[in-house]
Amino acid sequence: MGNQTDFERIEKAARTRQIILKTVTYLLLGIWAVMVLFPFYWMILTSVKSYSVYNSEYIPSFFTLSPTLQNYADAFTAVPLARYFLNTLVFTLVTTAVMLAVITLAAFAFSRLEFRGKNLVFTLFLALMMIPTELVIITNYATITSWGLRNSFPGLILPSVTSVFYIYLLRENFAQIPDELYYAAKVDGTSDLKYLLRVMIPICRPTLITVTILKVIECWNSYVWPRLITDDASYFLVSNGIQEIRENGFGRENIPAMMAAVVVISVPLIVLFLIFRRKVMEGVSRGGTKG
Amino acid sequence: MEQNNYKGWLYLLPAIAFLGVFMVYPLVDVFVYSFEEGYNSASQTFFGTGLYNYAYVLHDPYFLQAVKNTLILVAITVPVSTGLALLISVGLSSIQKLKDLFQTVYFLPYVTNTLAVGLVFMILFKKTPYTDGLVNLIIGLFGGKSIDFIDGPYWAKMFVLCFYTVWVVMPFKILILTSALASVNQDYYNAARVDGTSKLRIFGRITLPMISPMIFYLVITGFIGAFKAYSDAVAIFGTNLNAAEMNTIVGYVYDMLYGDSGGYPSYASAAAIILFAIVLTITCINLMISKRSVHY
Repeated sequence: MGNQTDFERIEKAARTRQIILKTVTYLLLGIWAVMVLFPFYWMILTSVKSYSVYNSEYIPSFFTLSPTLQNYADAFTAVPLARYFLNTLVFTLVTTAVMLAVITLAAFAFSRLEFRGKNLVFTLFLALMMIPTELVIITNYATITSWGLRNSFPGLILPSVTSVFYIYLLRENFAQIPDELYYAAKVDGTSDLKYLLRVMIPICRPTLITVTILKVIECWNSYVWPRLITDDASYFLVSNGIQEIRENGFGRENIPAMMAAVVVISVPLIVLFLIFRRKVMEGVSRGGTKG
Repeated sequence: MEQNNYKGWLYLLPAIAFLGVFMVYPLVDVFVYSFEEGYNSASQTFFGTGLYNYAYVLHDPYFLQAVKNTLILVAITVPVSTGLALLISVGLSSIQKLKDLFQTVYFLPYVTNTLAVGLVFMILFKKTPYTDGLVNLIIGLFGGKSIDFIDGPYWAKMFVLCFYTVWVVMPFKILILTSALASVNQDYYNAARVDGTSKLRIFGRITLPMISPMIFYLVITGFIGAFKAYSDAVAIFGTNLNAAEMNTIVGYVYDMLYGDSGGYPSYASAAAIILFAIVLTITCINLMISKRSVHY
């Protein structure tokens, strides 16, 4: 009899411990979720408070009863936010498109074609992966300046249209396609380019999508190179635009309008992420950096 | 074969051209720059070669400040973010309900513009004549004294910078560690459970060794990333980082190149090469340690 109660007691203690552990886990995860979400909540909240309300709150309130969209109107009229937005869109689309063409051709050459010196060139390419941007940006700045391409889209785009890492990623994927497909296509008289476009690219679409997503995120957030190469506000990207807004736009105290601009800048990528959630996370774990 | 030969190079041509102009040539050129003394970017002349640029940079108080800031940032953010990410990932893989939601939320900072969200952090921490800022009000709630985190004392500014950096780098680490944890073979856990091993022991003896390659990968990339910190600092303290005493090594390179204090590509090159040497050394040390203690 005594044995029986002992057993029950132990089981009960184990269950209590289980519940405590679960609660602590959820509490911890919840705290971090709040830490992550709070800045987003705060920027949206601040962006719908009116200027006078915001500045009269010594103790900022956690909600507002009279939301206004005036700040969004200000963000688009008082500073050229639409311009920054459009610039970034053009920059992102063109850079990504050109890069996809460049890396696909290179990956195809490395995986499918035979030519003298292929392995040597590939090894050299891999060695280039170790070179940090900081080391080459100084000369690139001088090069673009001497070509007279400052404050122009080519100047912004040209240095970032190749990535050795993506060539490597794509080559690995191309190399998995069985040779038989290639020989069969050759027998049918298909040209190399046609084979690449009709067979290899469709098969490797997942990798290409991954690369595209990573590049789009990188372009949308790029700050350093655009800052070096543009000082004319009509060529600013959103990152430089928001910095300009912070330092010279609206008058320094109009924080609600600033937050409206921040929301507008942040929304496209977040929407993109929520739509392609799995793809983005899978892509980043395969080839992402940042931190 | 002969025709194929020429074709391969044709396909490679765009990549080689871009890499040649924007990577290989600059790589050589940066070393040339760094040894040219008194280089004038307007007339493109210099009056000697030697180590003067390195000596200048190493004696520049701004550079020393930047090195100090960067080292503190690295020493704090790499262990804190890796440890926190490990804790969260372990928690995340032990639950089923809400797991997807948490994972999605945790990933959000990765897809946000560093400069834009940095502004939100600045507002949360900043003390203005109108308001003490939210963080200070919370400190006040616990009976603390309000501090200006943005224009105030050094350690307060460093705290904000570290906090924001950790916030920004967490998504990547959580993602990598969660998938590493998910890929540990369940048989090991089952075997341990049959033997009646305690949870803590399972974690120390099975989980940690199995995911140690990924932890080391994160530590190495974390070191490299933290040494190159720059936009986080700009996001919070503005472009004039020297005035805020919050400059980083990369920031010093760019300030030397461009802006109000710019126009000195030689100094910028010397500083960039010093940075590269530091990062290379640290990475080699990391790799040596990982060879000895990582289970593959």
